[in-house]
Amino acid sequence: MTRTADLVTAGVLLVIGLIVVGDSLRLGAGWGSDGPMSGFFPFWLGAILILVTLAIAAQAWRRGPGKPFVTREQLRPVMQVLWPAVAMVVLTGGVTLGGMTMLPGLGLYVASALYLAFYMRSVGRHRWLTVAVLSVGIPVITFLVFETWFLVPMPKGPLEAWLGY
Amino acid sequence: MGLENLLLGFSIAVTPFNLFVAVVGITLGTIIGVLPGLGGANGVAILLPLTFTMPPTSAIILLTSLYWGALFGGAITSILFNIPGEPWSVATTFDGYPLARQGKGGQALTAAFTSSFIGALFSIVLITLFAPLLAEIALKFGPPEFFAIQLLTFSSFVGLGGGNPLKSLVSILLGFILAAVGLDIVTGQLRMTFGVTDLMKGFDFIVAVIGLFGIGEIMLSVEEGLTFRGAATGMNLKVVLETWKILPRYARTFVRGSFIGFWMGFKPGGATPASFMSYAFAKRFSKHPERFGHGELEGVVAPETAAHAAGVAAMLPMITLGIPGSPTAAVMLGGLIIWGLQPGPLLFTEKPDFVWGLIASMYTGNVIGVIMVLAGVPLFAAILKVPFAILTPLIVVVCAVGAYAVHSSMIDVWYMLIFGVVGYVFKKLDYPLAPLVLALVLGDLAENALRQSLIMSQGSLTVFFTRPIACVITLAALFFLFMPVLTPWWRRLRGVPPAPSAPAEG
Repeated sequence: MTRTADLVTAGVLLVIGLIVVGDSLRLGAGWGSDGPMSGFFPFWLGAILILVTLAIAAQAWRRGPGKPFVTREQLRPVMQVLWPAVAMVVLTGGVTLGGMTMLPGLGLYVASALYLAFYMRSVGRHRWLTVAVLSVGIPVITFLVFETWFLVPMPKGPLEAWLGY
Repeated sequence: MGLENLLLGFSIAVTPFNLFVAVVGITLGTIIGVLPGLGGANGVAILLPLTFTMPPTSAIILLTSLYWGALFGGAITSILFNIPGEPWSVATTFDGYPLARQGKGGQALTAAFTSSFIGALFSIVLITLFAPLLAEIALKFGPPEFFAIQLLTFSSFVGLGGGNPLKSLVSILLGFILAAVGLDIVTGQLRMTFGVTDLMKGFDFIVAVIGLFGIGEIMLSVEEGLTFRGAATGMNLKVVLETWKILPRYARTFVRGSFIGFWMGFKPGGATPASFMSYAFAKRFSKHPERFGHGELEGVVAPETAAHAAGVAAMLPMITLGIPGSPTAAVMLGGLIIWGLQPGPLLFTEKPDFVWGLIASMYTGNVIGVIMVLAGVPLFAAILKVPFAILTPLIVVVCAVGAYAVHSSMIDVWYMLIFGVVGYVFKKLDYPLAPLVLALVLGDLAENALRQSLIMSQGSLTVFFTRPIACVITLAALFFLFMPVLTPWWRRLRGVPPAPSAPAEG
């Protein structure tokens, strides 16, 4: 329900406000020897945020449950975009736990090729040929534009190293 | 001053390289404007890293051209596909799409592009005339005046942005809080980092823009189920010329739309209310108000003129005061800092070639833009024939590339995803995103202005009321801030029922 979502969001923002106020008080939110202290500005931001989120929560509470925030049918395509994108980011950088490389990063180009191929095939059900051409072609074009033309480096992995970049 | 400066600007803007840059920018911008999930702000943010090695003037021409292109592109999707690419194109769909359904898509598009061009041109002429004056006045501003202007900027989001004023306020506060995370340059203390090294650098607003507007938007559009059922373009030279013959009839609408657009536009969040206001006025003064909403050409002219006039006017505070009027202008401001320029009134005296090159490029960019979109509509509309299962992952990849490129940092790509989810939830709950981005950009500037003002007055807030200019601006800001409280009260006093709230964002 939209009301629940509104209340949860207001709750999260309230917690953020509390954290900000807490940290500002630690730094000092008053007047130091040379002007306002570090916590002065954030303290007031946090304090007003707390008041406003309480007001929003009260508003949402009075308004009634409202429409469903998101239906299962709506959420499915959203998750189909989000989770593979998260996987792409994980594959790009790899996983490091406590200084140990658990999974080496593949670099952005390979990871994005895999992401493009996965999405086009599993959601779009495009032909394998289309999938192959686009998921290889798009990263190659990105590589040419960013890496060689504009000299903006992207994270690279073993494949690029093998190719000599 | 005046004419010779503008000529200097043209001598910079009309070089083969800068014209080429403008064409590239407009082409990319129009594509970005047509694609769902990639608006002007986002497109400028993604391309920003590519401009790091360019001369600043060419870089700003690329980014502004991209912005004009995105403004034009928004009209194509609104009219042919009934999908407003940007919030200020919503009013264009009211009559644009019915026209396209009746086979008059070519007429509607010609009218939209021409109106955009006229609205933009009007604002550019006013910028040419007023920007130097405003910059001169702004040179006398001290910290209290600058803080008062910031206050005015944000309170106008609360008062004029439409939607829930409390939620606008939350977006602003959250933006400022995110801006405060990391090292406090004044005292050298770490704020809200809790010992996490990655938080020390703080949050970059470019990454926030890409996440909030790019990833968030794409999540929203797949949720709604992307189905592009476009009407035929029906665009050819004959239609263009015939429409141009009709358009002079709407001269009053053009003038009204331009004034509304400019007036609303140089204040933040102005483009969307300007387009609605212009539409409403056109309907009220029309001899045939009943035709509006069923395919009246004037219903396309009015919002498009105002939206473009406002979109251009948003550049005025950016170049003169260093305070952006829209998220796109905010990203450009970030670009200025990265290229090593100090945004603000001093630009006019210290970098006249940059400022006037930029202003001159607004003229050339819009002329090139209107010709290109008039000729290229079928091409640009064809982009939406690309299946969404190809467009969606492509946009996500482009966003990830853009987010990484800002600082060559992987953590930024994670922030982008988080901002994407935040953008999705906020958009669904009607929290406006534009004020969040602006607050994130201006956070440090606003805090410094406040600190310096308070140091000047030994901690007393009266400093904002004892200096004449600061006092006027502060009072205006307070008026806008409390407008949501005052308006219902005022209405009740006059016995008018409360108005339905306008759509948020802008």
